[in-house]
Amino acid sequence: MTEKTRESYIWMFRTMTRIRQAEAKVAELYMAAEIPGFLHSSLGQEAVAVGVCAALESGDYLVSHHRGHGHLLARGGRTDLMMAELLGKESGYCSGKGGSMHIADVSLGILGANGIVGSGPPIANGAGLSAKLRGTSDIVACFFGDGASNEGAFHEALNLAKVWSLPVVYVCENNQYALSTPLRDHCAVENIADRAAAYNMPAMTVDGNDVLAVHEACVQSAEHARSGKGPILIECRTYRFLGHFVGDPFVYRPDGEEEEWKTRDPIPRFRAYLLENDIASKQELEKIEAEVAEEVDEAVQFAKHSPYPDPESAMEHVYSDWQWGNEYR
Amino acid sequence: MRTITYREAVREALAEEMRRDSSVFLLGEDIGKKFGGTNKVTVGLCEEFGDERVRNTPISESAIVGAAVGGAMTGLRPVAEIGFIDFVGVCMDQIMNQAAKLRYMTGGQTKMPLVIRTPGGAGRSSAAQHAQSLETLFCHIPGLLVIQPSSPRDVKGLLKAAIRDSNPVVFIEHKMLYNTKGEVPEEEYTVPIGSADVKREGADITVVATQRQVYAALEAADVLGEEGISVEVVDPRTLVPLDTETILASVRKTGRVLLVHESVERCGIGAEIAALVAEQAFDYLDYPVRRLGARNTPVPFSPPLEDFVIPNAERIADTVRSMFQTAVYKDA
Ligand SMILES: Cc1ncc(C[n+]2csc(CCOP(=O)(O)OP(=O)(O)O)c2C)c(N)n1
Ligand SMILES: [Mg+2]
Repeated sequence: MTEKTRESYIWMFRTMTRIRQAEAKVAELYMAAEIPGFLHSSLGQEAVAVGVCAALESGDYLVSHHRGHGHLLARGGRTDLMMAELLGKESGYCSGKGGSMHIADVSLGILGANGIVGSGPPIANGAGLSAKLRGTSDIVACFFGDGASNEGAFHEALNLAKVWSLPVVYVCENNQYALSTPLRDHCAVENIADRAAAYNMPAMTVDGNDVLAVHEACVQSAEHARSGKGPILIECRTYRFLGHFVGDPFVYRPDGEEEEWKTRDPIPRFRAYLLENDIASKQELEKIEAEVAEEVDEAVQFAKHSPYPDPESAMEHVYSDWQWGNEYR
Repeated sequence: MRTITYREAVREALAEEMRRDSSVFLLGEDIGKKFGGTNKVTVGLCEEFGDERVRNTPISESAIVGAAVGGAMTGLRPVAEIGFIDFVGVCMDQIMNQAAKLRYMTGGQTKMPLVIRTPGGAGRSSAAQHAQSLETLFCHIPGLLVIQPSSPRDVKGLLKAAIRDSNPVVFIEHKMLYNTKGEVPEEEYTVPIGSADVKREGADITVVATQRQVYAALEAADVLGEEGISVEVVDPRTLVPLDTETILASVRKTGRVLLVHESVERCGIGAEIAALVAEQAFDYLDYPVRRLGARNTPVPFSPPLEDFVIPNAERIADTVRSMFQTAVYKDA
C-alpha cells in the first residue's frame, strides 16, 4: 500500500467518524430543543457520502438532498459552520436562512441540499451540461434516495442525461425506506440500479456500508463520466439507524432489522479492517476519535455562542443585484 | 360541547364521509398503517377502512393527483393528501391543467369530485420549501375551490362539505393548528362552502384574517379592546367562493378594514378583498384599506427571521392603531 492510499484511508476513517459524531450530537441537540425545525440524520449512511466524495476532484459538483449533513462534511465542509446553521445562527453556512434541509457550501461545488424529494437530479444535469459546455472535465455527483426514484423528475433527468451524454454520477442511497414505506412497497423493481436500464445507462449495486466498495465504484464511475462516456448510476445499499427525522420513533421497522444492520455498521467495520491489515494502529485511531470529539464539541460551542441573525436580514438575498422586492411591500 | 383538536376534527370528517359513502377513499404518502401521514391525521383510518381505501403511495405527487382526477371522472370521490403544500410544485399540472379544467374543456360532460388536502403555513422553522402559504396560487385558477379553515369546528364541517361537493377542492390545513382545540358538535353537520364567519363582533374596524392569523387577530382584538378600539374579526373560511356579502357588510358597518394573511402580501387574497372593498364599499371607508401579509420573501429558517416575516398579533395591533391616527396614505 502506498503512503497516499494509506492517507486516503485515514481520511475516510476520520471523515466517517466526524459525520457519525456530528450526527449524534445534532440529534442530541435537537431532542434538547436547541435546534429548530426538523432534521434528517444520516447516521449509519456515512460510508456512502465518504466513499463517493473521496473519489471526487476539487472542481467537481455535488447535489445533495434532505439528508445532507454527511455530504457536506464529506465534501470538506466545516463542522462549526454547519452546527451554526442548524442552530439558526448568523455565522451558519446559509446565514440562518436554510437550516438542516438546505445546508450547502457552494464554494465546495455543492449546489444545495433539497427539501423537495427528487428535485436534485435535473439540477445535476444542468451542472453536468455546464461543465461540458465550458470544456472542463468536471463531473457531478448527485445523491438521491430510494424513495426519490419514484418521482417523475428523476426519470426525466436520467433520460436527458443519457441523451445528452452528461458527466453525472447518480448515487442512490438506498436506505431501505422512503419515510415509513419499505422499498418493496414503494418500488416496482427490486434494485434501484435496474431503473437505469430503461435509459440505457450503466449501473451497479454495491454494499453501501463498505466504504471501500463505495469508493471503488465511484472511482470507476467518475472515470466513466469524466472521460465523456456519459452518466452512470451507483446504488448503495445502506440503512439509516435513526428514524426518518430525528424524533421519529421508527415503529414501522420490524424487530431484529436494526440489530441485523448494526452488525454491518460501516464505521466499526472499517476500523476493524484498518487494524487487521496493519494500516493504522489502535492508538492512531483512538487519537483521531478524540480529535474529532473535540472538534465537534468546539463546533457546538461556536454555534451556541454565535448570535442570531438580525431579523431585518430576512429581506436580503431574495433577488440578486436589486432591492425593489424588499422595499415594495 | 365536547372539545377536540383540529387534527381529530379532520380525521372525524374523513371517517364519517368514508362510512357514509363507499366511493370516498384516501391516497397519499405514508398515510396508511404504522404512520398515519406526515401530520398524523389519518392514524387509525387504515385499521377501520383497510388499505384498499386508505392507500399508501410512492413519493409521486403527479401520480397521486392524477389518480384522483381519473378516479373522480369515473365514479369515485378521492381525497388525496399532499404532505406539505410546497410539494404542489411537483404536481401542479394535474391540479392546474387537469383537475381544474377537464369539466370545462369537455363542455360540462364530466364532474371532478376530488379533494386535495394539504397543510400550509409557517411557524415551525421549516424553511422555504416546507412553510409556504400558497393559497392564492389556486385562487387564480378558475375551476378550483379553495378552502382554508381555522377552527376545529370549521375544518370538520368544511371538509365534509368539500368531500360531498362535485368540484375539485384544494383544502388547505394549517400545520400549526393541528393541536389547537375547540368545540365540535358530536352530531352530524356540515359548514357550507362559501360562507364567512364573524369570529368576533366589533364596531370600529374589520380585520379579515385567514387561518392561523384569525387567532392572531383575536388576540390583537383583546388588547385593542382594552385600549378602546372595538375590532370585528371576519374569517372568510373559503377563498373561492368568497363570501363577499359578509365581508362587505362588516366593512360598511365599521368603516375601516385590515386584511391579514400568511401568504406574501404581494398579490395575496388581501389584494383581492381590497379591490372588492374599493369597488363596492368605497363610500363607507373612513381610512384607506390596509393589508398585512407576510413580507415578500421566501420563509427563512431561523426563528427570529421567520418571526420577522410572518404577521402576528403585535403587528396586527400596531397596524390597527395606526389606522386610528390621521388618515395618511402610505407614500405621503
Ligand atoms: C416532493 C416531496 N414529496 C414528499 C416529501 C416528504 N418527504 C421528505 S423525505 C421523504 C422520504 C424520502 O425517501 P428517500 O428518497 O428514500 O430518502 P431517505 O429519506 O430515505 O433518505 C419524504 C416522503 C418531500 N420532501 N418532497
Ligand atoms: Mg430512503
